[in-house]
Amino acid sequence: MSEPMSLLQKKLEAGHFVVCSELGPPIGANVEFIKKKAQKLVGYVDGVNVTDNQTAIVRMSSIVAAHFAKEEGLEMIIQATTRDRNRIGLQSDILGASSLGLNNVLCLTGDHQSFGMDPGSKNVFDLDSVQLIRAVHDMVHNGVLLNGKEMKVPPRMFIGAAANPFGDPFEMQMMKVEKKIEAGAQFIQTQAIYNLEKFEYWMEEVRKRGIHEKVYIMAGILPAKSVKALRMMKTDVAGMDVPDSLIERMEKCEDPEEEGVRVAIEIIERVRKVEGVRGIHLMPVGWEKITPEIIERAGLYPRPEVE
Amino acid sequence: MIVGQQKKAEEIIKMLGEDWESLLIAGCGTCVTVSLAGGEREVEALANLLKLYYGKKGKKVTISTDTITRQCDFEFIDDIGEKIEDHDIILSLACGVGVQHIVQRHPLKIVYPGLNTSFYGATTAVGEWAERCIGCGECVLDRFGGVCPVARCSKSLLNGPCGGSQDGKCEVDDDIDCGWELIYNRLKDIGLLEKLLVYEDPKDWQPYRDGGPRKLTNKEYYDE
Repeated sequence: MSEPMSLLQKKLEAGHFVVCSELGPPIGANVEFIKKKAQKLVGYVDGVNVTDNQTAIVRMSSIVAAHFAKEEGLEMIIQATTRDRNRIGLQSDILGASSLGLNNVLCLTGDHQSFGMDPGSKNVFDLDSVQLIRAVHDMVHNGVLLNGKEMKVPPRMFIGAAANPFGDPFEMQMMKVEKKIEAGAQFIQTQAIYNLEKFEYWMEEVRKRGIHEKVYIMAGILPAKSVKALRMMKTDVAGMDVPDSLIERMEKCEDPEEEGVRVAIEIIERVRKVEGVRGIHLMPVGWEKITPEIIERAGLYPRPEVE
Repeated sequence: MIVGQQKKAEEIIKMLGEDWESLLIAGCGTCVTVSLAGGEREVEALANLLKLYYGKKGKKVTISTDTITRQCDFEFIDDIGEKIEDHDIILSLACGVGVQHIVQRHPLKIVYPGLNTSFYGATTAVGEWAERCIGCGECVLDRFGGVCPVARCSKSLLNGPCGGSQDGKCEVDDDIDCGWELIYNRLKDIGLLEKLLVYEDPKDWQPYRDGGPRKLTNKEYYDE
């Protein structure tokens, strides 16, 4: 194993249960917005993903927003989707991000543009996520670009992939995970988990295949603050599995925000016990300020330091 | 075949404008006849509609019709060459290829498209057609059980599905089958599921449009 590319990789290799969260860049050029959001997370997380035009909506670039958040003292994970850029643009961005000291990347295909506000735009999908993972792997570990050109100073990246434990058919989704690892993925962040039985079954299959020994798996947690948010995820978000029992529970409760936090903590406590889960990835979409509270109440504060 | 869909009458009328007296609506007897968009039947129906419209408006026009075997061959275009020259405007109900081929043969004529060229597809039910190929220039069907990921996955993914499909339907629209689920089911049925684990290199898009407009010559037959 070569030396760690990033602080996040170091913490995982040291055996720490890591906590990642997410930061959505603004629709606009507001740097202060990012800095303020970032400051609230300092000390609470081991890494922060910055989404790349998530749900196909134009936002500040993931790399640029990550750069400003890093200046506030956070370890950043950039996201790169193959929807908007071809192999030339993607590799160029990897070089740029590494040069800025952004050394973690989550490689994604990306939501189809029909989800966003520009359904009439042309998509790219020159590469798929597996090909992007391999391209980044070859850049980092072999010092070559996709076209074979060698670099004197290769980028440094800890390479991540997404996985959806709730996608079907199950076997096909699992094969794709294996392909991502074969291509060079070193960590996995999963789709948001609400259906714990299904997630535990997925992890069982992951362990059977030895996947958990090849990559660090972070369980996706999406705290929801209202029953409306849960319903929306169930019907409108691609690849989500939200059990009706959870919707009922949120309906009946008196304080949905408090209940949302409790649910998130319960899920965290349960996934922590699952063999092979090496961390969590919090994605409080539209509710980022709740992150520190959840981390504290889940007993995950303070975060470990590594040399 | 090439599947087409006739443009709305309002759009066609707007396109034609006011500055003409004679119009030839030219149909195409091959692909777009099958997709019920630009064959003889549709040509006559459109002609009747336009005659009615301009008659009501009191505009004096001559509207003629003719449907040839194929508009993508000069041989057939030449059958109606004089007729084309005799009219102010030609409204082609062929695909975009036919429109441009008439333009090439009659460089001074105004030729308008009466169809939207939709896609390469197959007839999947009476009155229904579905896309099956994008003409990428380098067929990959051997590796995917005969189901094309380039044409039938909304993201043209080559190494497996995205995480967005549910119950066999694409994240883009419930009316779209997940191309990867079709590939998976097919490979499973023929006992070749292990093919899904083979890494597919990034595709060379040069044989597609990314190498510029394409042209083919068969040296055996090509006569300079």
